[in-house]
Amino acid sequence: MANHDAILEKLLKLAAKRFERDTSALGPNDDFFDRLAINSYQAMELLTEIEDEWSIEIPDYEVQDVRTFGALAQLIANRI
Amino acid sequence: MIPPERYESLGELLRDALVQYKSEVALIEANRKHETRRLTYLEVLREADRVARFLEDAGVGADDHVAICMSNQSKWIIAACAAFSRGAVIVPVDYKLSPAEQLAQFAHCTPRCLVTEWPVLMRYDVNALPAPHVLVSEAPEDKNVGRATRYEDAVVGTGPRATFVPRKRSDQATLVYSSGTGGVPKGCMLSHDNYLEQYRTLGLRFPLRTGHRYFSILPTNHAIDFMSGFIGPLCSGATVVHQRSLRPEFINHSMERYGITHMAVVPLLLEAFEERIRDRLEERGGFAEHVFEGLRQANAALTLRAPRPELSRRLLRPVHDAFGGKLELLFCGGAFVDAARAQFFYDLGIPVVIGYGLTEAGTVLTVNDLQPFRADSVGRPLDGVLVQIRNPHPETQVGEVWVKSRTVMLGYRNEPELTAETIVDGWLRTGDLGLLDPSGQLHLRGRSKNMIVTAGGKNVYPEDIESAFAGVPCAELAVVATSYVWPSVALTEEGLIVVVRLDTPGDTESRDALLSAVRVRNGRLPDYKRVSGVLLFGDEFPRTASMKIKRGELAEALRPLSPRAAITPVGA
Repeated sequence: MANHDAILEKLLKLAAKRFERDTSALGPNDDFFDRLAINSYQAMELLTEIEDEWSIEIPDYEVQDVRTFGALAQLIANRI
Repeated sequence: MIPPERYESLGELLRDALVQYKSEVALIEANRKHETRRLTYLEVLREADRVARFLEDAGVGADDHVAICMSNQSKWIIAACAAFSRGAVIVPVDYKLSPAEQLAQFAHCTPRCLVTEWPVLMRYDVNALPAPHVLVSEAPEDKNVGRATRYEDAVVGTGPRATFVPRKRSDQATLVYSSGTGGVPKGCMLSHDNYLEQYRTLGLRFPLRTGHRYFSILPTNHAIDFMSGFIGPLCSGATVVHQRSLRPEFINHSMERYGITHMAVVPLLLEAFEERIRDRLEERGGFAEHVFEGLRQANAALTLRAPRPELSRRLLRPVHDAFGGKLELLFCGGAFVDAARAQFFYDLGIPVVIGYGLTEAGTVLTVNDLQPFRADSVGRPLDGVLVQIRNPHPETQVGEVWVKSRTVMLGYRNEPELTAETIVDGWLRTGDLGLLDPSGQLHLRGRSKNMIVTAGGKNVYPEDIESAFAGVPCAELAVVATSYVWPSVALTEEGLIVVVRLDTPGDTESRDALLSAVRVRNGRLPDYKRVSGVLLFGDEFPRTASMKIKRGELAEALRPLSPRAAITPVGA
């Protein structure tokens, strides 16, 4: 779980920076579309940043049903 | 472009096209920045023959259903060519739907064969799928595909060539699902004549030829891409480019790398394109923005009467280069397009074709004028399309849009009553409201059916969302589309609201409890299904004898209210 928490923390920072939000306002159970007020194309951009950060590749279909930061962090954890 | 007049079916037309353009590149497929496939027309013909052979061995013949549930890729097109050559009816199923929604469509169409890809199939127990034969592409070697056949194995098979099964124009070519209410799939049966006629009329307006490169990014199961990203280019010797990852950076990369000339987008993507242009300008600073604005205005003045692509490209090279430098036309459909945005692109030298159509009527019924460019309407009817406004309001002239065209479907599968309600004396009732101006341009003004179309091109029916709010503290609740209640609401701004009658109207505590419950439930819905506000209504809802809400009467009762004053906005 420590790994998951570390990933989550890094993910929230990354998302906050990319979309100019306050990290403390973001939590694992938040829907990132809502919290960041982004559309699906912007979410795709975030995904690309995630891939660069962790040097992984996440196929588009794997994120189709993912909506929360926690689920996204889990997806990253599964890949590294 | 091969003239369609002497053909009886799409299968025949495609077969001839694959032979006629044999050495041209038909399909290019990229995954991110890597090109993964490039096939000539002849190679498509050969691979399609192998798939057709598989279908023949599986017993697929005239009128059998072949469901295709795949993301946009070369195998989608090849499987479709194969199915048409076997005389089958193609059922394009949206790969983005939830498993429950896909299963409902599979069960409704009972396909003899399902052609799919691993990311879709891995969500199911293949033995439980209601299709006797399953063909799956891209399944990893170490995965068990059960009774499914690997596409890659099927296409290397030897054996005699598949037998071609001829069809007539009046025969059914596809079964295309348009969103229905209450989770019941609504399948539109479209004939070969519907498609051959649409191909003819679109070809007159937007002829494609060898050398053109069409970028297929709208789902191929959708009516627009099926025509403009499959039938149109492939019967004209053009190349279709697929990109397996639809992230903005890879879309851009493919546009530049392959010199895309045509593509269809939904309004949401058009918005993303505009933002990208503006972001780039902002990065370059004030002076660049001034120069850009000056050049944009100059180009707008020079192209007032008609597009001048070469000139625009020279004037605004950096903008055009960002889109690959070859873009000739952007088709925008699936939802309503903001006129100012379309004008912005036209002024940059990229004409945006705004179309109006519905699955029930093929691909498109009207398109906007390009000479001179007009973005304030959905344009004029295509050749052979008649548009009438029924029961127009005496002052506004707004009424329901009815259309007659050879592209209007045969009917809904297994729904004779619904078909009879929708197609009356050969006229299709669209459920949209609009008016025809003196120059024959169609302007849409709200809807006579309770539904919305999102900027992403999704049809959403409020009745389907009501269950998400079941049990919130109130006496009565209904979800309605704002464009249905107030036809004056711009269709680019239409949304959903919850109409509620409280147990104790006027009580602040119950009002707050209700709002908070609605917010929680709303947050659990996918973004395109969310409501934007709550309207508190004091009267009992009009209902039928069987206690169903009379939505038309409810909308009428709400109409005198001012939406701004009456609706309390709710976030997620």
